[in-house]
Amino acid sequence: MSFLDDFMVRAVLAGIGVVLAAAPLGCFVVWRRMAYFGDATAHAAILGVALALAFNVSVFGGVMAVALIMALAVSSLNGRGVAIDTMLGVMAHSSLAFGLVAVSFIDGVRVDLMSYLFGDILAVDRADLVVIWLGAALVSALLVWRWQGLLTSTLNPDLATSAGLSPRREQLILSLALAMVVAVAIKVVGALLIAAILLIPAAAARPFANSPERMALIAVGIGITSVIAGIEAAFALDTPTGPTIVCTAALIFALGQVMRLVRTA
Amino acid sequence: MPQLSKRATHMTLVALDHVAVTLGGRDVLSDVSFTMNKGEIVTIVGPNGSGKSTMLRVIIGAITPTKGRGTRKTGLKIGYVPQKLHIDPTLPMTVRRFLSLPRRVTDDAAGMALTETGAGHLHDRQMTDLSGGQFQRVLLARALLAKPDLLILDEATQGLDQPGSADFYDHIDRVRRDFGCAVLMVSHELHVVMAASDRVICLNGHVCCQGEPEHVASAPEYRALFGTGTHGALALYRHEHSHTHDACDDDVCDHEHTHNHGSAP
Repeated sequence: MSFLDDFMVRAVLAGIGVVLAAAPLGCFVVWRRMAYFGDATAHAAILGVALALAFNVSVFGGVMAVALIMALAVSSLNGRGVAIDTMLGVMAHSSLAFGLVAVSFIDGVRVDLMSYLFGDILAVDRADLVVIWLGAALVSALLVWRWQGLLTSTLNPDLATSAGLSPRREQLILSLALAMVVAVAIKVVGALLIAAILLIPAAAARPFANSPERMALIAVGIGITSVIAGIEAAFALDTPTGPTIVCTAALIFALGQVMRLVRTA
Repeated sequence: MPQLSKRATHMTLVALDHVAVTLGGRDVLSDVSFTMNKGEIVTIVGPNGSGKSTMLRVIIGAITPTKGRGTRKTGLKIGYVPQKLHIDPTLPMTVRRFLSLPRRVTDDAAGMALTETGAGHLHDRQMTDLSGGQFQRVLLARALLAKPDLLILDEATQGLDQPGSADFYDHIDRVRRDFGCAVLMVSHELHVVMAASDRVICLNGHVCCQGEPEHVASAPEYRALFGTGTHGALALYRHEHSHTHDACDDDVCDHEHTHNHGSAP
């Protein structure tokens, strides 16, 4: 396993692991119009980091737990007649603020706040890689297993109910998958840009896809391309890696939009 | 929704027992009792906001009654055609792919269902590119692929022109003959629907009256809601009475439940 000694190789593998789970899940985020939902859950991760450090448990576990609570809280708001985008905005930003305040109480030496906000993909070690790929495999398995049900209840909850499916359960599964992706992605892209890695590859894939499955696969392809090109670019230009990956994905998105405009013009 | 208990006869597909539904503090349905038998065609009529869609949603299990209970025959297969189905433009979906939700169907079965509903040529089209009539036919084709015991149509011909909707009901009639499934529909098009129905239920928060189409059309509760002047349409089936009843005919009204005439406008 000597090739894993290279931090660039570890970084690429970590990034690919994250997008394997994030890109298909991101498609559901796009289809269900829950972009803010992803934001709220990802921002809550900082609070998870603070709590994990305070209680001396694993950061992965802390982030996972807080993200899951946030995801469940937010999804229970759905259909309650609350002004949903306002509520999500309040929760997304206040959870980030509470997280930042909580982190300030932790002994400063131990916390490199920047690495949790923007990720530190070059510092990924072998243990991180195992956690990332296990998480990604779990999320992918969950999505493949529930794919038909998730798709039907995304299309129309009543359609799903009439066929004996439970839209509420499918929503729970998405919340669980989202929390897991947040927990594995925080090391790679950081809490502030997790929503970007969910959203942008999926949105970029849309003009090239004619079926939901193809959109998910193309999103994975765009995600992997962004990870590899982003890491190379960050190395060459000496820029922060996580944001550079997101920039690459955003450029691919822009390219797709231009191509679509040209095609329809 | 619980399964229909053993005490119900094998002919009963769905039963509502004194069902009341309160949504957002408003009593949408009160004291609705209703059974649907094998092979029947039943139409629900009623003014806007009278709880027609809510009643259907109780039957498919999307709404749990506040009071009373709804029961379904064990293993009942429902084909549901919703009032409107919005497909988000971010979700790519061909007609063929849509037919495979929630359960995958073979190409042969999909092709046959499309031909059956007169939408055979639409196979590879994107759902978002279909016209209103084409969309409704595809929805019907999808509902039929479940080989339903009960087909539920919620204003399925909304947005279709006169020939289009007549054509649509022709298909439904053929489907009933071919598949032997029961059909429960909500409609505003009284003249078309009443001709095709075995039984009509006049709903306005509660069941005002029910029975054979001609009987319901002459019931004072029905006239109070729709007036005597539904003009040419109803005259096709029955002559106009020159006076209104102030009490309902016994063979028309369902006296198993308490009427609440105070809630009628």
